[in-house]
Amino acid sequence: MVVKEFKSGTWINTIDVRDFVINNVTSYYGDDTFLVGASERTKRLWEVCLQATKEERQNNGLRSVDTETISGVNNFEAGYIDKENEVIVGLQTDELLKRAMKPFGGFKVVQKALSEHGLVASDTVSELFSKYVKSHNDGVFSAYNAEIRKFRSLGLLTGLPDNYARGRIIGDYRRIALYGIDRLIEVKKADKAAITGSMTDAVIRLREEVSDQIKALQEIVEMGAKYGLDLSRPAENAREAVQWTYMGYLAAVKEQDGAAMSLGNVSTFLDIYIQNDLEEGLITEVEAQEYIDQFVMKLRMVRHLRMSAYDEIFAGDPTWVTEAIGGMFEDGRTKVTKTSFRFLNTLYNLGPSPEPNITILWSQNLPENFKKYCAKVAIDTSSIQFENDDMMRTLRGSDDYGIACCVSYQALGKQIQFFGARTNLAKTLLLAINGGRCENTGTKMVDGIVPMEDEYLDFNKVMANFKVAMKEVARVYNDSMNIIHYMHDKYYYEKAQMALIDTNPDINIAYGIAGLSIVADSLSAIKYAKVKPIRNEEGLTVDFKIEGDFPKYGNDDDRVDVFAHDAVADFNKELSALPVYKNAAPTLSVLTITSNVVYGKKTGATPDGRPKGVPFAPGANPMHGRDTNGAIASLNSVAKIDYEDSQDGISNTFSIVPKSLGASETDRISNLTTMLDGYFSRNAQHLNVNVLNKETLLDAMENPENYPQLTIRVSGYAVNFIRLTKEQQQEVITRSFHQSM
Amino acid sequence: MFVGVLIKKRFVIKTSENTLRVHSIESFGTHDGPGIRMVVFLQGCKLKCLYCHNPDTIDTHGGKEYAIENLVERAVKMKSYFGKEGGVTVSGGEPLLQSKELVHFFKRLKEEGIHTNIDTNGRLLNHYAEELLDDYADLIMLDIKHMREDGYQMITGQKNKETTFNLAKYREASGKPMWLRYVLIPEITNKPELLHEMGSYFKDYKTIEKIELQPYHKLGIHKWDALGWDYKLKDARENTPEEINQAVHILKQYFKEVKTN
Repeated sequence: MVVKEFKSGTWINTIDVRDFVINNVTSYYGDDTFLVGASERTKRLWEVCLQATKEERQNNGLRSVDTETISGVNNFEAGYIDKENEVIVGLQTDELLKRAMKPFGGFKVVQKALSEHGLVASDTVSELFSKYVKSHNDGVFSAYNAEIRKFRSLGLLTGLPDNYARGRIIGDYRRIALYGIDRLIEVKKADKAAITGSMTDAVIRLREEVSDQIKALQEIVEMGAKYGLDLSRPAENAREAVQWTYMGYLAAVKEQDGAAMSLGNVSTFLDIYIQNDLEEGLITEVEAQEYIDQFVMKLRMVRHLRMSAYDEIFAGDPTWVTEAIGGMFEDGRTKVTKTSFRFLNTLYNLGPSPEPNITILWSQNLPENFKKYCAKVAIDTSSIQFENDDMMRTLRGSDDYGIACCVSYQALGKQIQFFGARTNLAKTLLLAINGGRCENTGTKMVDGIVPMEDEYLDFNKVMANFKVAMKEVARVYNDSMNIIHYMHDKYYYEKAQMALIDTNPDINIAYGIAGLSIVADSLSAIKYAKVKPIRNEEGLTVDFKIEGDFPKYGNDDDRVDVFAHDAVADFNKELSALPVYKNAAPTLSVLTITSNVVYGKKTGATPDGRPKGVPFAPGANPMHGRDTNGAIASLNSVAKIDYEDSQDGISNTFSIVPKSLGASETDRISNLTTMLDGYFSRNAQHLNVNVLNKETLLDAMENPENYPQLTIRVSGYAVNFIRLTKEQQQEVITRSFHQSM
Repeated sequence: MFVGVLIKKRFVIKTSENTLRVHSIESFGTHDGPGIRMVVFLQGCKLKCLYCHNPDTIDTHGGKEYAIENLVERAVKMKSYFGKEGGVTVSGGEPLLQSKELVHFFKRLKEEGIHTNIDTNGRLLNHYAEELLDDYADLIMLDIKHMREDGYQMITGQKNKETTFNLAKYREASGKPMWLRYVLIPEITNKPELLHEMGSYFKDYKTIEKIELQPYHKLGIHKWDALGWDYKLKDARENTPEEINQAVHILKQYFKEVKTN
C-alpha cells in the first residue's frame, strides 16, 4: 500500500467501520475558508448533466429508458457522462439518465410507467413476468385479505410498498472501501457456516439470504471490473475510497428502486483517506473537492422508473439519497471533518439540489464554525435538513448511524428497517364519529364503535371511540405490514445491500401517521368549543359547525398540544402490542412526505373546521395559518411530541422569509444557529429549514425556466420546486411562512 | 386631526396591578434588540407619529390584559432559543406608560436569568421608569424622533422633545447600555445638518453602543386605513440607497456602530 499505516483497532480482525473511523478521524474545528470551487473537469461534466436534466423535463420527466434489460447489479455495460473528465465513474445504466426496469417489485407498475410514455417492455420481459416470474406485488396480493384491500382503497392506508421496492435499508457502503470484497465474502462464508441447528424456517431463510448476499458481492466485483476497477481489494487512496464506496451504493440502486435509498454517513469515513492523501502530498484541495463534487454529481443523477400516480404521494421524482453529516462521537469528539464541509460545498459548486438529501446531525457541542456554515448553507440554498444528534445518539445507542429515508435513525451495518408508509389518523378520528364507517362512502370499516347521535359532539364519547378505532386500524395496518415484508424478502430480497450489513441485524418496522395536527385541533374544538355534526340522510357526518373558539396546535398551548402528544403515544402503544414478521421492533413516524395533499383529498370534513378534501399540514406541522404566536411557539408545540413514542421521526418544516430571520447575513446565521440549539435542546427531533420569499415561489410557478435548480424542503426531504405538480406547488405556497410584524 | 388625551393618573386603563395591557406577542423577534427575542408589544402610546407602523397599539384602551406571571411563563418556555444574546423586549405602544408593572415584570425576568430590553420613545420618566433604567433594563433602545422641537411636534403631535433627551441623560448616568434608533425620512429626518446635530449631541455618551437607522417605509399604511385614520405621510418617499449610505457615513463619524435595519 502506498498510504501510511492506519491506526489499528478491533476493525482489523472484525468488520467494524466505526472502530476504524474512531481510531483514525481528524476532527475539524476551523471555518470554511479552505474550501475551493469546482474544477474545470467538474464544471464540464455538470454542464452535460444540466443539459440532460433539461431534456428530461422537456420530455415529460423521462429522458430515455431501456425496455429490454432487467436491471440488476451487473446487467448493464459501463456508462459515462463524459469519460475523460470523470474521476469518479459509474452510472445505473449504460447512459446518463437512462432509466431501467426493476420488475421484481411489481411488473404492473413497470408496465404502467412505460405505457404513460407510449412504451412497452420487450416481449421477452413481458412473457417472463406474466407467465413465469412471481413478483413481490403478486405475492402481496395473493395474501392480502378483504379488510386490508378496503383500508387501502378507501385511503386509511396509503403509499404502502406493496407494488415496488420498500427501500429504507442502508448498506454500509464504506465496507467495500475499507475491506475490499474478497474479505467481505470470506466473512459472509464464515457467517453462513455458523448458521447451524435444526432447520427451522428462520434458519433456512437466513442460510438462503446469506448465500444470495455472497452472490451479490461477486456481482459487484464483476460490475466494478467493467469500469476497470478492482473492488476485490481495499481502496488504496482517497479517490479509490470514494469510488469504492460509490460502487456499493450504485449496486444498490441498480438492483432496487426503493422509495428511499439512503447513502448513510460516509463523509467522516472518506475524510480519513482524503486527509491522508493531503498530508502525503499526493493530492491538493482541488482534487479533494473534485472527488466529492463528482461523487455528489453521480448521486444527483440517480433515477428510478416511476408511474405518475407515484408522484402524487412522493412528489418531484425523489430518490432520497440521504447522507447524514456531522454529529458527535460517544467519546465527546466531533464527527465533523473537512469533508463534512466539502459535501456542503457541493451546494455552491454545483448549485442547490434536493439530492443527495443532506442531513445535519445537530449537537449542541458541534464546533461553532460548522454550526455557522450549516446555517449559512441552509439560508443560501434551502436544501438541507437538521436532526437532533444528541437525542438520537443517546436514546438509540450508536454514534455510527445514517438517516433512512427522510428522518429515521438507522445504525449502520448493524440494523435495518422495514418501511411502513403511513396510516391516516384524521380519517381514523372520523371513523370514531361515524360508527366505524368511512365518512365518504359509508362502508363499514371497523366494529365496536358506538354511533354518535348527540346534537353536539361529546368529548368523552369521541375519545373513547377514537381509542377503539385506533386499536382496530393498528391491527389492520400491522397485518398489511407483515404480509408486505414477508413477500418482499421472498421475492425481492435486497441481497446487494444486505451483503454490506451484519448477518442477522436488528430490525425496526417503521410505521407512520398523517394528519396529526387535524386530530389535535379537532379534539380541542370538541372539548373547548361546541361542535355540531351535520349528518346526511344515511347518518354520515358530512360537515361540522363550530360554535366558539378553541386552542390550536402550534401556539405552545398545553391544552391542545397534549392531544397531539397523546395521539402519537396511544397509537404507538397499540402498534407495539402487535406481533411483527421477523420480530422487528415497532417504531412510529409523524411524517407525510408530500402525501399530505393526497391524504387530504381522501378525507372528509373534520371537526377542526377543515373542509373536505383540503390538504393536511405536512408531517408534525401545525395546520397552515393556525400557528399565530410566532415561530418559536410553533416549534415548541411540535417539540412536545415525545421521541420515545415516535422513534422513526417527527418531521417539522419551517419556512421563513430571509428578512424575518435577521437584518444582516451575520444576524441571520447567528439567529438560525441559536434557534436550532434552542429547538433541539427541547428534545425536538427534526427540522427542515426554508429561507425563501413567497414571491420567489410564485415567480417560479410562472417562469419555471428561470429556476431550474430552485430547491425547497418539504416533509423530510427536498424537492426541485418546478418538478412539483401545480397543486403541490400551491400547497407549499399556502403553508405558514413565518414573518414578524 | 389628532386630539390630545389628558394625562390621567393611570396611563393605561387596566383592572389589576399584576397585569400588562398587551397588543400582541411575537415569539421570534429578530429586529428588536440583540439575538432572538420574545417581543411583547404593549398597548397604549401618548404620541401619534406620522409614520407609526403599529398605529393599532396607540389606543390606551385597546389590547388585552395579560397576567405578568403568564408572560414570564411564556418567556421561560422560550428561554432555550434566546442563546447568549437574546431575551425579552417590551415595545409598543410606549412601554414606559406601564412602568410600574414593568418593574414587576422585569424583576421576575431577571430572577429567571433572562435579558431585558425596553424599546421606548422616552416620553416618560417617573419614579418607576427610573427604577427600571437603574436596576432592571439590561438594555434600552431609545427612539430619537427629531433633533428640533418643530420637527418633533410635526412627527409626534406632542410638544417637548426634551423628555427624550432627559431620559438619555438619566440612562447615561446609570452607566448601562443603550442603543439609539432613528427613522430616516428623506427631507424630514434624513438631512445632513440634523444628522450632524444628533452626532454632536451624543458623541460623548459612553453608554451608547450603536445607533440603528430605520429607513422609512409605508408598510403600516393598511393599518391606518383599517383604523379609519388619515395617513398624512402619503406623499413621503422612501430613501434611495445613496441617501441611506450618506446618512450612515455621517453618523459613523460620531457612533461606534451604525446599523441599518
